Amino acid sequence: MLDGFVLLSVGLTLSAADWTLASLWLAVIASGLYHGVNPGMGWPLAVSAGLMERSPRALVAALGPLTAGHLLAMLLVILPFALLVAVIEWQRTIQIGASLLVIAFGLFRLANRRHPRVLARISPAQLGLWSFAVALAHGAALMLVPIYLGLCREAELDRGHAAAGALINTNLGMAVLVAIVHAAAMVAAGGCCAWLAYRYLGLKFISQSWFNLDTTWAVSLILVGTIALVLGLI
Amino acid sequence: MNIRPDPTFHASPKLAMEAPPESFAYTVLLSPDFSKPDALAVIDVKPGSSTYGQIVHTVTMPNKGDEFHHFGWNACSSSLSPLTGHAFLERRYLIIPGMRSSRIYIVDTKPDPTKAAIHKIIEPEEIFRKTGYSRPHTVHCGPEGIYISTLGGGGKNGTDGPPGVFIMDCETFEVLGRWELDRGPQTLHYDFWWNLPRDYMVTSEWALPPQFENGIVPEDLLSNKYGHRIHFWDLRARRNVQTIDLGANHQMALEVRPAHDPIREYGFLGVVVDTTNLEGSIWTWWREGGKFHIEKTATIPPEPAPKEQLPPLLQGFGAVPPLVSDIDLSMDDKFLYVACWGTGEMRQYDVRDPRKPKLAGSVHIGGIARRTPHPNGKAFAGGPQMVEISRDGKRVYWTNSLYSTWDNQFYPDGVPGAMVMANAKPDGGLELAKDYWVNFPDGYRSHQVRLDGGDCSTDSFCYPSV
Repeated sequence: MLDGFVLLSVGLTLSAADWTLASLWLAVIASGLYHGVNPGMGWPLAVSAGLMERSPRALVAALGPLTAGHLLAMLLVILPFALLVAVIEWQRTIQIGASLLVIAFGLFRLANRRHPRVLARISPAQLGLWSFAVALAHGAALMLVPIYLGLCREAELDRGHAAAGALINTNLGMAVLVAIVHAAAMVAAGGCCAWLAYRYLGLKFISQSWFNLDTTWAVSLILVGTIALVLGLI
Repeated sequence: MNIRPDPTFHASPKLAMEAPPESFAYTVLLSPDFSKPDALAVIDVKPGSSTYGQIVHTVTMPNKGDEFHHFGWNACSSSLSPLTGHAFLERRYLIIPGMRSSRIYIVDTKPDPTKAAIHKIIEPEEIFRKTGYSRPHTVHCGPEGIYISTLGGGGKNGTDGPPGVFIMDCETFEVLGRWELDRGPQTLHYDFWWNLPRDYMVTSEWALPPQFENGIVPEDLLSNKYGHRIHFWDLRARRNVQTIDLGANHQMALEVRPAHDPIREYGFLGVVVDTTNLEGSIWTWWREGGKFHIEKTATIPPEPAPKEQLPPLLQGFGAVPPLVSDIDLSMDDKFLYVACWGTGEMRQYDVRDPRKPKLAGSVHIGGIARRTPHPNGKAFAGGPQMVEISRDGKRVYWTNSLYSTWDNQFYPDGVPGAMVMANAKPDGGLELAKDYWVNFPDGYRSHQVRLDGGDCSTDSFCYPSV
């Protein structure tokens, strides 16, 4: 009871800016969980590794490259924006540009459902490379950009105008943090699914947990892009 | 595209075995004198059905002279690996190559097998132009789409350049091009299969088209000019990594059957005939320390027969070679079925110890000299040939024709189409089912069998059975 009141009062004292900040971080985590539970992003490969090597350690070991690949893809896409947003007078343009990019990619995914065939050329031994490539190809990394830009804006509002150098450092730090938090959420969710399948639910869980989210995925890209666009315009 | 993975896709061989049994079998019908178009027959195999063991639908092709042989599905359990990126394909289309015409038919089996119809036809010119190969043969679905092996290279005789494997898009059925980047010493082709998580392919050798299209060439056989090597490849790198020669006397290394469970790094290969003693043989290959090895693990002796019972081709030998023309491995990797097309025997080997196959069961039917009738009293021309095992391992189906021109040489009286089924006991033992006998239309022969929902020579699995 008491806890509830405390939480409520904390909530009441939070400003609108705090709410925006909290929901942006929530979006970083939620998208990580979403990527993590999707079998298409790789957790069944960890199950396969564990079973093929007859060792739970192999399962955990496979999660390493899967996460590292995803993390690198996030960084590769976000970091250029981290440098760009330091140019204060372009910030609005960049936000609008990034939003349009995400919307365009969503529309492209909606029109073209093909999985890039080149991904099938990656050897099963190169899980990190595969995870990196699939996160780029399906726009998983791109989806984080508008969220990231929102976080940068909030952080800047907090601090007022700082020197460009300091801003770049802040933005780079924020980019790394966003990527790490997202990848952590992803590996936590994917790891749980893999462990459940490996230890308790059996291999049937792989097909049972697999839904064709191509349309949902494309629509969520468009949605995230649109929200960011509206926020960027107002 | 489905919203959920196709219910006939199974992560492991064990899950495939536990799935509901087959309701329909598909087999190709070929017109041996090319007077009629080849066709696909859909057979009801649901026990208790009023049309059990009968052809319930036929898809007749619009061309003549295709010569159907092997065929396969557009998608299988291999789709359940995230690496392939196509988890939502349907097991729906049968890819049927014309081995003589180089034409490929895509047959749609939905919404119901009894309404199967042609979906697309890929004309030979497209295959020649895009791949430089001809005479398409074995079909498997895998990471890069649909893989199809060929028996011929370019040119009219298929001897301009070596045959190989080409890739077809698994959604549009567009021919994409050659698979190999580095074929090494490989110059002949027949069958292929793989271990997907371990990322290797295994291919075998039959012969070039002039050595089979107009019949077997005895001089070439006796001078050991048919294929006798096995090739191992890096699947994703598309590179030949090792070639092993079985010895030139081991003529025609045909069917490649890797263990279904990907944790097992071994498989089997059937060799038609040893030219030094007419034996057929089974070979076991395995990978150890990064290298592939192979050894002969079972032999089947020829059977002496009086000259008057033999076709001209064999009269000089006074014996019938077993002619191991097809082998198939049960889903649990326990039993290997070996078709002895010459002697008229279906052998069942216990291969739980893969390098020590033990004969566990045998059924005699047909045969060049024996001519054993079916238990229902009907004559079975030819011998056991293409064999297919139900997913649960309890039923073994087979047909009787090998290849139009070769049928005529070994069985000059003709090989009217037949398909039978034997019940397999869980611990070994094989018995022909008296009530299963498919009547085929006159003038047609039957070849490979496919079962709805997958069978023991279709699906590739990416997760071990536990």
